[in-house]
Amino acid sequence: MLKILTELDGVSGNEKAVSDFIISQVSYLSDDTIVDSMGNIIFFKKGKKNNNRKIAVFAHMDEVGLIVSDITDDGYIKFAKVGGIDDRILLTQRVRVGEKGIEGFVGIKAVHLQGNDERKKVVKTEDLYIDIGASDKEDAKKYVSKGDYISFVSEFTRLHDRRFKAKAVDDRAGCGVMMELMKDRYDADIYFCFTVQEEVGLRGAKVLTHRIEPDIAFILEATTASDTPFTPEHLYATSLGKGPVISLMDSGAYSDKELNDFVVRVATERGINFQYKLTSNGGNDSRAVQTEATGCRVCSISLPCRYIHSPVCVADGGDYDNMKKLIKAVLNDIDEFDNRNDGLGGEN
Amino acid sequence: MELLTRLTQCSAVSGNEEHIVSIIKDEIRDYVDETYTDNLGNLIAHKKGDGKRLLFAAHTDEIGIMANYIDDCGYIRFACVGKVNLYAALYQRVRFSSDVYGVVCCDAKHDIKNGLKTKDMYIDIGASSKEEALSLVSPGDTASFCGDFRISGDKIISKALDNRAGVYSLVQAIKRINYNSFDLYFVFSSQKELGLRGVKPAVYNINPDIAISVDVTDTGDTPNCEVNDIKLGSGVAVKIMDKSVITHKGLRNAICQIAKDSGIDYQYEIITFRDNDAGAMQTIRGGAVTGALSVPVRYIHTPCETAQISDINACISLICEICKKDFILV
Repeated sequence: MLKILTELDGVSGNEKAVSDFIISQVSYLSDDTIVDSMGNIIFFKKGKKNNNRKIAVFAHMDEVGLIVSDITDDGYIKFAKVGGIDDRILLTQRVRVGEKGIEGFVGIKAVHLQGNDERKKVVKTEDLYIDIGASDKEDAKKYVSKGDYISFVSEFTRLHDRRFKAKAVDDRAGCGVMMELMKDRYDADIYFCFTVQEEVGLRGAKVLTHRIEPDIAFILEATTASDTPFTPEHLYATSLGKGPVISLMDSGAYSDKELNDFVVRVATERGINFQYKLTSNGGNDSRAVQTEATGCRVCSISLPCRYIHSPVCVADGGDYDNMKKLIKAVLNDIDEFDNRNDGLGGEN
Repeated sequence: MELLTRLTQCSAVSGNEEHIVSIIKDEIRDYVDETYTDNLGNLIAHKKGDGKRLLFAAHTDEIGIMANYIDDCGYIRFACVGKVNLYAALYQRVRFSSDVYGVVCCDAKHDIKNGLKTKDMYIDIGASSKEEALSLVSPGDTASFCGDFRISGDKIISKALDNRAGVYSLVQAIKRINYNSFDLYFVFSSQKELGLRGVKPAVYNINPDIAISVDVTDTGDTPNCEVNDIKLGSGVAVKIMDKSVITHKGLRNAICQIAKDSGIDYQYEIITFRDNDAGAMQTIRGGAVTGALSVPVRYIHTPCETAQISDINACISLICEICKKDFILV
């Protein structure tokens, strides 16, 4: 499943292929399905018991990528970035352009032609182009138009010891976990939310939150693992193989303390390993979900992933399985989670 | 000053406001019709009235630090919660909610002339091993800076006057309001120091006609500081502008007129930095007519914030007078 999901192209604003696939696979499990004006999908699943709390689970369908901004007279494609991409990873990448899926490569002046200074500099997006092998502008225009989306090409590959490499693990991992979760029916009513345009500023989640106004939300994500050479241990953020990641605080949201404690309790009781995110950088849909509309308690649970936002995300299959187990257990037990608040219009 | 002492010394790092909320709730519950907390940890009090919905908001949280990694020797690496000035934080004492004290230090080899970042800093809680440290502090635990409450002449010095000075003003005003021509809501908001997060849903739910924030502001009365007109002792500041908001002109004119008529000292506040709950309140939903009152405070976001008692009293009086008057906005 993760192989199919990560190999689909869904750069922010162009999530159709991903959402079509998800709908085709799981809509039969949903009691009520809504696709909103932005393309967010909400699958509502009625609980076995009556419950007045709204519980939501979020994962975003989009991935970082590029967009065609111009075609040169020589038939090369100029592009802009969609979402946060490090300029340094772009060089010589394999990409797929437009709906026809034309293959291309990110090109740069050949090494022989570069001066010494040029070789030392990081190349900026403005100086890069994509070569699809077109002979001139007219030829290129047959295959590509301005505004076409460009995705990385990177097959899902199994590595040693249950690890794998793929593009778009952020956040097809979350999508995959959520599709699995939908197979069960829980005591509580649950809204399963697949959002769009997270990578360009949590835009889908904002709109969606206004529609459902959840009380409790779990955000399923992929997050930075930096257990790599040259990084001191206290700056690791997260490590592969140590289990799903529980966020404490990131640049956008402060996880609800009691909800976090509840998740930790569930993990401990069931013997599922987990880790905290050790740094506070980055952000995800939880920021929008927490403070938009009526406000919501949030908790982010993520898959640790090295080289995130690149075509070569590396993650661990064991972590993925444990993430599924943990969230499933949390949703099964969610009725045991006690609200601290006494609710609008409550006691004096 | 007993209440202000308790409020300032209470620890409520953003996201951890439950303790201070319970103190405030105990203080005000006999003076309002209902109180409740919401999903973000805001405390909301409602004092019913016939008029328009008037909302006051004072944020309860303070800046602090969060433990995120404990090394083999028991030292704690941390992240800042809110805008902590690391130079002011260095070698200060911090207190975790478990009543464990620690000192903020920086790696001995690190030359602070080359800048100061949390990655080069740690907290020493006196533990001699990872196990011992973990028995006292867990990742995710927060700590506030220590800063005793002291009275020095007509001034007070303490940690967290940002924004316990505002919280105290609002609490005392609630106790004193004996007539209100508005339907009054008081929001003790959470997570302001993380970017005005708590007040947003609170205001969304209440949907007030008029919203007034009660917070603190920087002064321009210390040597070689950022120049502004605000002075300790010149009264409560009526905000015109800061980085997050330009207040409603009609509302601030009405507020100033009320202050004049009631003989309350006030001054204008125009600063180009800092953000305020008012910034969020103004643009949520259909938008409320928004204003802000500020208690002038020196050395904001340090453990020795300094304010003047008479300014706080002016703030309390002005809140009470605003609630009384059925003013018309122009």
